Amino acid sequence: MRGQVHLWAAQRVSAVFLAVAVFVHLATIMLAVRGGLSAAEIVARLRGAEGWLAFYAVFALAAGIHGAIGMRNIAGEWLGWRGRGFDALWLGIGLLTAGFGIRAAWGLYHA
Amino acid sequence: MAQLKVRIQRGDGMAEYGVAARENQTVLDVVTEIQREQQPDLAYRFACRVGMCGSCAMEVNGVARWTCRTHVRKVAEDGTLTLRPLANLPVIRDLATDMTPFFDKWARARGQFQPKDAPNGAVPAEFAVVPPSSPKRQEADAGIECIGCGVCYASCDVVSWNPDYLGPAAMNRAWTLVNDVRDGGRRERLDAVAGDAGCHSCHSTQGCTERCPKNLDPSSAIAGLKRSIFWGVLAR
Ligand code: SF4
Ligand code: SF4
Ligand code: FES
Repeated sequence: MRGQVHLWAAQRVSAVFLAVAVFVHLATIMLAVRGGLSAAEIVARLRGAEGWLAFYAVFALAAGIHGAIGMRNIAGEWLGWRGRGFDALWLGIGLLTAGFGIRAAWGLYHA
Repeated sequence: MAQLKVRIQRGDGMAEYGVAARENQTVLDVVTEIQREQQPDLAYRFACRVGMCGSCAMEVNGVARWTCRTHVRKVAEDGTLTLRPLANLPVIRDLATDMTPFFDKWARARGQFQPKDAPNGAVPAEFAVVPPSSPKRQEADAGIECIGCGVCYASCDVVSWNPDYLGPAAMNRAWTLVNDVRDGGRRERLDAVAGDAGCHSCHSTQGCTERCPKNLDPSSAIAGLKRSIFWGVLAR
């Protein structure tokens, strides 16, 4: 029960972060594109930028957590997928999602 | 006299009856007339006939309602009434449902008052003074008039998806007691309503609030429980 409450809280907190992060992400893309930056210039700017690495790592983690908990709830309600085995599955999917994102951010940092 | 067509779910099929349409008649009047004049073995339930006992709820043209206070005039479609037993509950027979799971969940949500100063159920020596204007008293008052009709429970999608889900009425009751300053069971009660089978699965879609014949607001009560548990967990 306590664990389920924590999942709920984690989903709300990650949602708050995502709301801000998605905005920053999109605004940055638009500014960069309108400012006429080329792909190569963007990659160059991201190389060695700790701030962006941290931002996108947390972003990816929040997206993984938020998405997996949401999918867990939907699958529980619509497909009756409940219980520990499924929880482990969603945990894996969440970490995998976050892992892909973090790997991409790490790749740009090191590019 | 104009005729009213009434379709009633009996077992797996629908039975059809004709009843005289009157100026003033409730859905419960119609069911009673059919039972008395045409179908003596029709099973349904009622007691007070004035919206107090909560026993007469049924699905009328697809919507759960208290039938003793529902005028045919307001709900008939093309002179037809289609009656089914309340959704989300086992059917005993015809229009009578078994309310056991519904009330078992009240117990699971710790819907019993637990006097702070009289743990063994003894009668306290003094009356508690709870000012009617105090915010907690007003929260408690907002939910206290539930008649246990099960209309909200039958109207909640989450109940139909998860048979363990406590449902709006039980949690409305829990929230009423959480706000009762004379009650000593707050901690256990909040634990009992937390998690996937409790308030955290509510979608806040307000179907319960929309349908409650007593105009209660279980949806907001459940939001209150989520809030209390959230800050409680952080404080632990
Ligand atoms: S607000 Fe919550 S309890 Fe009420 S009908 Fe919707 S899901 Fe059910
Ligand atoms: S909250 Fe309203 S709809 Fe639900 S059982 Fe109580 S009176 Fe009936
Ligand atoms: S018969 Fe009592 S509420 Fe309808």
